[in-house]
Amino acid sequence: MKLRHGSTLTHTVTATTLDSYKREHFESDIISTVEFNYSGELLATGDKGGRVVIFQHEQESKNRPHLRGEYNVYSTFQSHEPEFDYLKSLEIEEKINKIRWLPQQNAAHFLLSTNDKTIKLWKISERDKRAEGYNLKDEDGRLRDPFRITSLRVPVLMPMDLMVEASPRRIFANAHTYHINSISVNSDHETYLSADDLRINLWHLEITDRSFNIVDIKPANMEELTEVITAAECHPHQCNVFVYSSSKGTIRLCDMRAAALCDRHSKFFEEPEDPSSRSFFSEIISSISDVKFSHSGRYMMTRDYLSVKVWDLNMENRPVETYQVHEYLRSKLCSLYENDCIFDKFECCWNGSDSAIMTGSYNNFFRMFDRNTRRDITLEASRESSKPRATLKPRKVSTGGKRKKDEISVDSLDFNKKILHTAWHPKDNVIAVAATNNLYIFQDKIN
Amino acid sequence: DNMFPKGTKRKFSDSGEEAVSSGDQGPAAPSAAARTLSSSYSLQRQSLLDMSLIKLQLCHMLVEPNLCRSVLIANTVRQIQEEMTQDGTWQIMTQALAAAQCPTDRLVATEVLCRQTDPAAQAGQSPKPYSVVGVEEGYHSEEVVMEGDVETDVTMSTLSPVSPQLSSASYLAGPFGMGPCWEEEEEDGECEEEEEEDSEECVSEGEEGDGDHLSADSRTGEQVFGTFEIKHPAPPPDPALEELFSDVDPSYYDLDTVLTGMQSAPKMGPYDLLDSLSSHGPTALSSSSSCRSDLNELDHIMEIIVGS
Repeated sequence: MKLRHGSTLTHTVTATTLDSYKREHFESDIISTVEFNYSGELLATGDKGGRVVIFQHEQESKNRPHLRGEYNVYSTFQSHEPEFDYLKSLEIEEKINKIRWLPQQNAAHFLLSTNDKTIKLWKISERDKRAEGYNLKDEDGRLRDPFRITSLRVPVLMPMDLMVEASPRRIFANAHTYHINSISVNSDHETYLSADDLRINLWHLEITDRSFNIVDIKPANMEELTEVITAAECHPHQCNVFVYSSSKGTIRLCDMRAAALCDRHSKFFEEPEDPSSRSFFSEIISSISDVKFSHSGRYMMTRDYLSVKVWDLNMENRPVETYQVHEYLRSKLCSLYENDCIFDKFECCWNGSDSAIMTGSYNNFFRMFDRNTRRDITLEASRESSKPRATLKPRKVSTGGKRKKDEISVDSLDFNKKILHTAWHPKDNVIAVAATNNLYIFQDKIN
Repeated sequence: DNMFPKGTKRKFSDSGEEAVSSGDQGPAAPSAAARTLSSSYSLQRQSLLDMSLIKLQLCHMLVEPNLCRSVLIANTVRQIQEEMTQDGTWQIMTQALAAAQCPTDRLVATEVLCRQTDPAAQAGQSPKPYSVVGVEEGYHSEEVVMEGDVETDVTMSTLSPVSPQLSSASYLAGPFGMGPCWEEEEEDGECEEEEEEDSEECVSEGEEGDGDHLSADSRTGEQVFGTFEIKHPAPPPDPALEELFSDVDPSYYDLDTVLTGMQSAPKMGPYDLLDSLSSHGPTALSSSSSCRSDLNELDHIMEIIVGS
C-alpha cells in the first residue's frame, strides 16, 4: 500500500531563540494520545501540557480532486492543568493520557479526556452566526438608555467568522487512587469505564459524583502486589462485556451481568510461555501495553513489547496471529532495561475493515501488517525522510552481519524517537502518527 | 544515536570483573540444582539485581512513580532472588553482608530481602520472597538494609555499577518511591543476635564447595553490595490527628509522615541521602568510627519527624 504524505502538522509553538524556552515547550508539546472520531472527520490529539488540539478534515478541493482534503486545526483548548495533591505531597501531571470521542448526536461534538486522576467531558460546538440589532444594548454591548428607545426591532442573525468553542460539561474526579491508563465509551452511549493500575470504574455520562467499581485487584496487603491493570476496553457491540489486560501478559474478559464486581473473569486469555526463550526479562516484555477490540467485535489485539497478537474471543489458550514488531531488540533487552525503554508503552490500532493493523517502534518507525496477505511494511515518520506529497519509502533494519545499502543497523536506531501513539481513520486509508511533538498524517494515494 | 548512556555499556572481560551488558539468554547452566553456574551468568545476574535495586530507589519524589514499572522491576528482583536462593548464592551473599557489619551502633544488615525469624528457618527452607512494599498500607514493614564496606573473603562476584564514592554504601528504599526513615535502638538487639548466627553460618557455608565459581575479585574490598536496613516506626496514635484525618484513607497519613521528613530534599537519590547524613557527622559513612556520631544525628532527626 503506497502512502502519500498528506500533511505534516507540528504541535509546537513558534521556535524562539532561547534554548531553554524552546526545550520547555518541546517537553510540554509531546503528543500523548491521538484519536479519530467516529466519522473520521475530526482528529483529536492530547499532549503532555494538558492541551487538546482537534483537527478537522477539509472537504476535497476542486483543484485537486485526486487528493483527499487535508486536516487543519479546528479547535485548541487547555483540558487539564497541573495539580498538587497536598495529602501525598505529589504533583498530579496534566498530561492527557487518553481521549475518546462520543458518538455524535447533534451538531456539537463531545469527547472524554483524562489525565492520571480526572476525566472530563468536553463539548465542542460551532458558532457561526450572531444576533444583531438588540433593543436594549448597542452593537458594542453597552446598555442603551431606555428612555431613548422609541421603536422596537427584531434582532437579525448575521453570519460571523466561525468560532469553535470548547466547554467542560462534566468533571469526573476523585474516583481513582492510582493512575488512570484507559477510558472507553460503552456501546450503550450512556456509560463508560475508566481503569487505573488496580481498579476499573463504570460511570454514567450524566453523573459525576459517583461511579461503580467493577474490578478491584488491589491485594489486602500491598506487599503482595505482583500484577497491575495496564489497559481496558468496552466491547464495541455488547454493552455488558469489557476486557482488561495485565502486566503479566494476560487478558481477562468480563461480563457485567454476572456480578456487580467483576473480579472473576468470564474468559482468561494467556499464551503459554515458550520455555526456551525464558529469561529475567520474560515477564516485562510480556506485559501488555494496549488492548483493542476489532471493529467487528470478534477479535481483539494486544501489544506487548516485541509483538502484536490477534486473539479470537472464542479461543483463550493462544492468539490466532502473532506479528513481530522489532524482534531484533530481543538481544538488547538488558540495555533496554537499563535505559528504561523496555517499559515504553506502545499502542496499536485496527483499520476500518479489520484487515490491517498498525503499531509504532523506535527511530520514528512504525509498522503495518496486512492480515490477509501477511505482508508487513516499516515506514518512517520524519521530516527528513518524507516530503509532502511524496510516497513513503519502506525502511528496513538490518539484523545480520551484512548491512545493505538502505538499511539501518540496530545500533544506529534512535531510542528517543519512539512512536507510541497511532490512529487509523475509521473508514478510509488515512493514518495519524505521533512522533514526539509532531503529528504526521498519511493518506493512501487514490488512483 | 548513542543508545546506551555513557558508562553503562559493559563488556565481558576475562578477569570476571565486569558484567555482560547485553543478552537475555536463559541460564547457561542446565538447571538451578546443578552447582556449576558459569561465571558470566552469575555476574550478569548480579549486575541485573544491582541495577534493579537502584531503579527501585531512584524514584523522583515530585510525581508519583509509575506503579506498573515498579511492580515489574520488583518481580524481576524476586525472580533473581529465588534463583539465587535455589543455587545457594543467596545465602552466601547475605551472610557475607552480615559478617562484614560494624558492631552494634551501626544500622545493621539483617536479612536483606528474605526474612528468616529463627535459625531453623535459615537452615534449609527457602526464605520468603522479597516483599515489595506499597506506597500505602504495608509501609510499616518496609525494611531496607544498610551496610558498609564489605571486607570479606567470601567473594561476591558483584560489581556495583556505580562510582567509587557510592561504593561505600547504597541503599534500597521502598520500591514505590518512598524514602527511608531511620530508626535506632531496635536494631541493636537484633543485630547482635544476627551477627552471631550469621557468622556461624558464614563459616560453615564458606567451606562448601560452591564458593568455587565465585572467584576472588581484586575489587571486592571497595565494592559494596549496598543496602540499608531501616525500620519505619509506627506513628503514635494521636486522637486529634486521627479525627482530622478520619475521612482520609489512613495510608495517606503514613506516606505523608515519610515525605515530611524528606521534604527538605525532594529529589534525593540514595547517594544524596548518604551525603546529607554524612554532612551531619564529621566524616563519611565509610569509616566505622563515624557511625556513632551519625547515629546520634539520626536520633535527632527521628525525634523531629516522629514527634516526641
